[in-house]
Amino acid sequence: MSKGAQTARTSHPLLDIRRATKIFGAGFLHKGQGVQALKEVNLSIADSPPRIVTIAGESGCGKSTLANAILGFVSLTSGHVLYRNKDVASMNRKERSAYRRQVQAVFQDPYAANNPFYTMKHVFEVPIRHFNLARTRTQARDLMETALNLVGLRGEEILEKHPHQMSGGQRQRIMMARAYLLQPRLIVADEPVSMVDASLRAMVLDIMLRMRDEHGISFLYITHDLSTAYQVGDDLCLIYRGRIVERGHAAAVIEDPKHPYVQLLLDSIPVPDPEQSWHLEIRADDDEDTAGIPSRGCLFRPRCPHRMPQCSEQEPADYPVDPSGHEVACFLYERRGSVITG
Amino acid sequence: MSVLRIQDLNVHYETNRGTVVAVKDMNLSIESREMVGLVGESGCGKTTAAMAILRLVQPPGKIVKGTVWIEDTNISHLDKEALREVRWRKLALIPQGAMNSLNPVMRIRVQMADVIKTHEKRISGEAVQARIRSLLRSVDLPERVASMYPHELSGGMKQRVCIAMAISLNPPLLIADEPTSALDVVVQRRVARTLLQIKDRMGVSLILIGHDMGLMAQLVDRIVVMYAGHVAEIAPVKDLFTQPRHPYTCLLIESVPSIKERKPLKITEGLTHDLREQPPGCVFQYRCNHATEHCRCESPVLRQTTPGHWVACHRESSQPTPEADS
Repeated sequence: MSKGAQTARTSHPLLDIRRATKIFGAGFLHKGQGVQALKEVNLSIADSPPRIVTIAGESGCGKSTLANAILGFVSLTSGHVLYRNKDVASMNRKERSAYRRQVQAVFQDPYAANNPFYTMKHVFEVPIRHFNLARTRTQARDLMETALNLVGLRGEEILEKHPHQMSGGQRQRIMMARAYLLQPRLIVADEPVSMVDASLRAMVLDIMLRMRDEHGISFLYITHDLSTAYQVGDDLCLIYRGRIVERGHAAAVIEDPKHPYVQLLLDSIPVPDPEQSWHLEIRADDDEDTAGIPSRGCLFRPRCPHRMPQCSEQEPADYPVDPSGHEVACFLYERRGSVITG
Repeated sequence: MSVLRIQDLNVHYETNRGTVVAVKDMNLSIESREMVGLVGESGCGKTTAAMAILRLVQPPGKIVKGTVWIEDTNISHLDKEALREVRWRKLALIPQGAMNSLNPVMRIRVQMADVIKTHEKRISGEAVQARIRSLLRSVDLPERVASMYPHELSGGMKQRVCIAMAISLNPPLLIADEPTSALDVVVQRRVARTLLQIKDRMGVSLILIGHDMGLMAQLVDRIVVMYAGHVAEIAPVKDLFTQPRHPYTCLLIESVPSIKERKPLKITEGLTHDLREQPPGCVFQYRCNHATEHCRCESPVLRQTTPGHWVACHRESSQPTPEADS
């Protein structure tokens, strides 16, 4: 099992995902194999200190399915999501309500997240009422004001406005403020900056850092953008076709990627320096378009430049590459250390 | 001769509560085989400018002033029919999200043939099929793609089909609006390479609209930076990255997250002003750290500082460079 699970013995992690597997379209009404969106994903976020754990991968790799499974929007085919050692799927009403309060979500599209008929005040009033956060109007207003100040906005300029009167950056910050209002322990942020302009992206990321440092909120930051993961992430997990292929400290993974897929991804990011040339030559086999999905063995094999005979026979386990918790699911690293089996 | 020449282009959006100046006094010319990047944040007018070149601005948008020359034709006064001839043949557009514009119930071959037959009425069926095969090859797609439906293709392949359609009539100029924005990095690299290839092989000029400075640095020859409808800076790509002169360009370059070094986030406060109410003076004054009294009263004009490097900023004109005088 993964590194994170070992620390679980001393104190329960905040969130513990164990062997999460999700197969879409494989029910008995469907023909065929179905699509494997998550495959035996193990991940844990420690109770303290607060951390930003990044899940990264291409579109369709299963990262949003993971977020939705944590938030309870999709049920897993097998495996568990444990919040403070309690399985989310079998929580009773009271526990579930507490979970819904302590785990908040911020989504990609701040334009789609608001009802255009309501003012922004409504966004804050609903959770305050639902969770009985305030007894009086003034108290409620204070809560809104504190949350908005944290994201650099002021109540009087925001609360009476409708969504269309606000820019994308403002809306996304309002969604962060709404999540903060409930004093959560964890925020699941699914691509929170991918629709925000570059100059405002830093502001949203900075809010995440401040919430972590000043308010003890952990983040599960889901993104396809490795450069922002590098700038703010503490831990980084890379998913390829539903499986975590590499994990470790964000800096360690980005500065010294081990898995051939992660190397390919990092190599594909255009460098903002015209003097430094981008490797535009692509080997024929690392084209996503033509690569099929193998039914067994390593999933990256058809695109991998280092493939070996054993890659088509069995699936690689997570092999550690250094003692800090950097693990790679690739046979190239099998001999470097002992195999941790689940 | 330039492939494209834009003179004093002005586009306004008339709304109930005032006029939005989407493009203000834009002047630009593009040479043969040149790749020019048009960058700026969303809402800065980059797409509107491109649409205005094609005269595709939709109401309430209106081209209030300006002429556009494509090769030796002034297209500003052409009637509808003549304009139809120019589009696709002289100048093709790959719109934003083009890959989602393919018709889901038609095979790729039929959709591509449509474009060719509409513009070349007398062409034989066989010649069309041969053309389609060679077009697909030129964007590195296997020929079997022709008989596939869009849902059978991945995002990157669909985008390459759109590129193939855009070059099907051999236009000298191609405008690509965020051609890779919805794609993953690996696929983006692939599409970027396709664009470079067709530029080299077919000798087209390209206008690339986008906000990814990394991609721009790697692909284009020259960059046009736009802010709130105004051209802030025009420079060859190397100059722009080594010596950015407009504060907004500096901001754009600094805000690119790096994978080489972990650095503290650069937070930039300030929002773009309401585009309906242009401030007197420089449009960037509210977000500029160097704004002075001068910037608040007088609008800077685009001036050449070094050969080929144009900047609209008062700081530049107050520090004359020796090259600019010569």
